[in-house]
Amino acid sequence: MSQSNNNRRGFMAAAAAGAGFVVIAPGIRLIELAGANAPSKGASDKVRWGMLVDTTKCAPGCDACVGACNKENGIVEQVADPRQGAQWIRKIDLVDAKTGKQHSLPMMCQHCAHPPCVDVCPTGASFKRADGIVLVDRHICIGCRYCMMACPYKARSFVHQPLTTQAPEVPRGLGCVEACTLCVHRVDKGQQPACTEACPQGAMLFGDLNDPASDISKRLKEVASTQVRADLKLDVGVRYHGI
Amino acid sequence: MKNTFSRVEETLFYGLTALGGLVTAIGLGAALYMEHSGHVVTGMNNQIVWGLPHVFAIFLIVAASGVLNVASIGSVFGKVVYKSRAPLSGLLCIAMLAGGLAVIMLDLGRADRLIVAMTHFNPTSVFGWNVILYPGMFGIVAVYMWTLMERRMNPYAKPAGFAAFVWRLLLTTGTGSIFGFLVARQAYNSALLAPMFIIMSFAWGLAVFMLVQRAMFSWNGIELHPAIRSRMKNLLGIFVAAVFYFVAVYHLTNLYFAKQVAFERFILADGGIFPALFWGGWLVVGTILPLALLYIPSLQFRGSVMVASLLVIVGAFCQLYVFIIGGQAFPLEIFPGMSATSSFFDGKVDTYSPALPEFLLGLGGIGIAFTMTTIGVRVLRFLPQDDLGKLEAAGNITD
Repeated sequence: MSQSNNNRRGFMAAAAAGAGFVVIAPGIRLIELAGANAPSKGASDKVRWGMLVDTTKCAPGCDACVGACNKENGIVEQVADPRQGAQWIRKIDLVDAKTGKQHSLPMMCQHCAHPPCVDVCPTGASFKRADGIVLVDRHICIGCRYCMMACPYKARSFVHQPLTTQAPEVPRGLGCVEACTLCVHRVDKGQQPACTEACPQGAMLFGDLNDPASDISKRLKEVASTQVRADLKLDVGVRYHGI
Repeated sequence: MKNTFSRVEETLFYGLTALGGLVTAIGLGAALYMEHSGHVVTGMNNQIVWGLPHVFAIFLIVAASGVLNVASIGSVFGKVVYKSRAPLSGLLCIAMLAGGLAVIMLDLGRADRLIVAMTHFNPTSVFGWNVILYPGMFGIVAVYMWTLMERRMNPYAKPAGFAAFVWRLLLTTGTGSIFGFLVARQAYNSALLAPMFIIMSFAWGLAVFMLVQRAMFSWNGIELHPAIRSRMKNLLGIFVAAVFYFVAVYHLTNLYFAKQVAFERFILADGGIFPALFWGGWLVVGTILPLALLYIPSLQFRGSVMVASLLVIVGAFCQLYVFIIGGQAFPLEIFPGMSATSSFFDGKVDTYSPALPEFLLGLGGIGIAFTMTTIGVRVLRFLPQDDLGKLEAAGNITD
């Protein structure tokens, strides 16, 4: 009798241990996989990525930056109504109402230090990285478009239709809001944003605003630059020269 | 005789519930279609990002908090006439809030992520505050109604009513501030919007209450005491006039600021449908006509208060359309003093044609509120019952 009890206990203990292993082991394996894939370091707050656009060089009619952005970020879907299409960067032609002076410049997310989109986002999907890049977490964006109401630059787009042509490194999807990421996937690899690289006039200068030795910081010290809607005191990361 | 009445009444109840259910089902179907196809099937776009569903939803939410005012006048300010109306006021509040929230939620790009909205909270977002304010309103009003309708809980009605009153003021402040905190937009960005939304809620909520009360009284073959009707219609008139005052101040301050003149010219004169809806819809139909019907005795007829209430609601929709859609149609001024053109329609007035699905979704919100109210008044005692003796003693029906 006692012998059979011992056998039963032993069997149950072994079965419990086996079941436990089956339940827990895949999780442990996943942690291991996730850990293996973790980036070595996150964004640093010592850096503030920014851009200087020289509008005196930017050519009217040229949209090489727009084409490069669309290609890099997989914004290639066909849209029946252009007002419903996504535009992460666009060329704006300006005419001074009084003097008639003309300007042409690229406009995109200005990567504000105090971004209104981040303030109003109910879920925190809109966020600013430590290095100043403003992004949308597509996992928690609910598609309320409040950030689009809040953005002073009309820099954000809402994805109105199902997408199938995404670029592998750039998450995009139906029902979420998106905007220029400063090509964060390239910047994290030490590359330049696609628009900067593509500009045939060399009108776009990308770099670290916090580093006094960077080209962009030196240039900003030399030339007059403008923050668009400076009255809002958003401390933007994208500056313009020549307007 | 009584049996015939009961049968007719029962048929009417099932008919109305079926109608409300059908409108709700069509609204849900439209939401499913939008969810499946994307907002590409709507008239909304990257410039007019909030459209007709938001007009319906904001009307329902603002009117929901305003309709509770009827209960507050009874419980907080001790007016006997309004005390018997408090339960119905609470029911309408919950029903319209549910309808409005359903429309807002179903219009989301990712309506399936409702749980994300509930579990991720950004304390700097006015929307984020509303995620707490709206469900809180359901809870507080439910408790308040319990204190009103359960005899043993009656002693707690006053503090519960006070809590609901404060909460509803916070809630409408939150709704107005959704727009008031938008620093970059010419149409919004004004602290005036929070109190303006509160006063709009008073007028719209009371107008809805008057209509529902009238329908319920007709349904039960009861006539509202003329003195009570007179008190309520006068109050509605005061609220409508107060909305006029706030809207006038809002536009006059804008007209005074040189930077806002172009926007005001658009909304009040050049903007096509928007000036038409502002002057014709909101001012004439939604303000002047109701005030005339409410205050000029020679214009009054049987049912004139009901017509005035209906016109106030029509005016409310016109006002919200101008405010929400018109405010976005006018181009964002990114480079003041310069004219702008781009592939993204910078510097261009946008046109918006609402598509059928978004209209049906908005209507579905009204369907939800209607169905909840119809079932509520049938299964519980919500019919305002006036004790004329008590009212006379309180001096409430002598004017």
